[in-house]
Amino acid sequence: MKQYETVIGLEVHVELSTETKIFCGCSTKFGGAPNTHTCPVCTGMPGSLPVLNKKVVDYALAFGLAANCHINQLCRFDRKNYFYPDNPQNYQISQLYVPICRDGYIEIETPAGKKKVRIHEMHMEEDAGKLVHDEWEDCTLVDYNRSGVPLIEIVSEPDMRSADEVIAYLEKIRMICQYLGISDCKLQEGSMRADVNLSVREAGSTEFGTRTEMKNLNSFKAIARAIEGERERQIELLMEGKEVLQETRRWDDNKESSFAMRSKEDAKDYRYFPDPDLPPVYISEEWMEEVLDKQPEMQPEKAERYKKEYGLSDYDAGVLTQSKVIADVFEETAVLCGKAKKAANWMIGETFRLVRERGISPDEIHFSPKHLAYIIDAVDKGEINQQSAKEVFEKVFDEDIEPKAYIEAKGLKIVQDSGLLEQVVCQVIEKFPDTVREYKDGKEKVLGFLVGQVMKEMKGKANPAKVNEMLRSKI
Amino acid sequence: MAKICIDDAVMDNVEILAKLKLNGEAREKAKAELQKMLDYMNKLEAVDTTGVEPMLGIYPLKNVFREDVVVNGDDREAMLANAPKQKEGQYQVPKTVV
Repeated sequence: MKQYETVIGLEVHVELSTETKIFCGCSTKFGGAPNTHTCPVCTGMPGSLPVLNKKVVDYALAFGLAANCHINQLCRFDRKNYFYPDNPQNYQISQLYVPICRDGYIEIETPAGKKKVRIHEMHMEEDAGKLVHDEWEDCTLVDYNRSGVPLIEIVSEPDMRSADEVIAYLEKIRMICQYLGISDCKLQEGSMRADVNLSVREAGSTEFGTRTEMKNLNSFKAIARAIEGERERQIELLMEGKEVLQETRRWDDNKESSFAMRSKEDAKDYRYFPDPDLPPVYISEEWMEEVLDKQPEMQPEKAERYKKEYGLSDYDAGVLTQSKVIADVFEETAVLCGKAKKAANWMIGETFRLVRERGISPDEIHFSPKHLAYIIDAVDKGEINQQSAKEVFEKVFDEDIEPKAYIEAKGLKIVQDSGLLEQVVCQVIEKFPDTVREYKDGKEKVLGFLVGQVMKEMKGKANPAKVNEMLRSKI
Repeated sequence: MAKICIDDAVMDNVEILAKLKLNGEAREKAKAELQKMLDYMNKLEAVDTTGVEPMLGIYPLKNVFREDVVVNGDDREAMLANAPKQKEGQYQVPKTVV
């Protein structure tokens, strides 16, 4: 059987987290009532004039520089013409001829080592409105709140060869955006979207096969499945001696298959031309330097600092800095309780366990670092045992409850009343005379059994070290 | 640039792109007018532009920006007043391919 190689290039759209839209002063907030964030500009009224949001250029520039791009110091906007109700102007303002960035690269980790994925170009553009199908009247309803929300589109070269590489590339883009603070990159909310261009070719061949473009991929898992599905579909066609058609396909993740989206009636001819409403953008050396100066600490530097400042291992520092949200919660907790290694263990152990169990992304954690710091302190002071600490933390993780009040309400506090403890210790000594004799005869090991019995009687709410000590003195 | 001839094939494509359907006399008229416009633009081809830097814009302006501050409130009623049809605060349009 012939061996095939998959060749993948990506078009990634990232919604920038500016306060306002790219060309008007409407809010970009997600989830408002339909059409409450709209004005004549973003609904395409005749005679309205778009004015560029400076922050969009700042953010696009920040990404371009972080992704090793060449910056076109003079760039311009073009109109991409097409008719569809999500686009009230009948053209999308984008950049085709002179995009803000080109020729960059992003480095990803693969089993075979580091690999560069080249970026062909990156440009600024506006998002479209949202269409909802109305079953009742069999019509379509349009909400233009998202119309005009700023996007950057990052177009890669066809440098990826597997779903794993694609996911690594997307995760890297998300990480860069989060560290730069330019987007939250939530695939589920559509603030990060990827179109996959995929072709297959016989292993060893240097020519590309015919590619298809897949849309509607809104989770990493869906992307991986779509890549696998499309690869198989194309190989099957080739093995049957058929042709792969260059077309746009829509992935249906429920059916785990894709279908062709556009017909000849929607010929892809966007008739781009320069937008006469928007003057060109000139980016001076000073502007670039300003953006670079403001660039926050990125992941590699943060990991390095964690190793130095908190004495963390390579592995721990790496895991904690993959998500900026996780890194921030870790660091704040570490500073608050002054025990970095313990804070790291709670993040890597319990936090990631719960993230997996709840099926959420690490970026979605929402508990207060001060609550975790309190739990760490409480364990350290011997106020609660490790088991109770986990129970309390689960509550903190889910509902961000006040741990102090919860520990008291649930009676999880280790009993500090040595009178009660003494009573229980005496009871246990009386109850197991044989074991006590064994201990007296020099069998040190049996003490553990007695400690266990006391802990059981105390329902775990005693400090084992203290029990140990008391047993020794009593026997 | 090679001279483009507005023939029936080009007209078919333009109709698809413009979502318009022209028939008979109207189509022939449009065909002739489009050809005339293109021929007019083709006159530019005669100019020697060797060594001329392409322009990025036609106005002597650059860097016209807005600060990232919300200035528009909820103006939904006024916006929707322009819609031929509306439902539940949204623009109602014929069904699109879902």
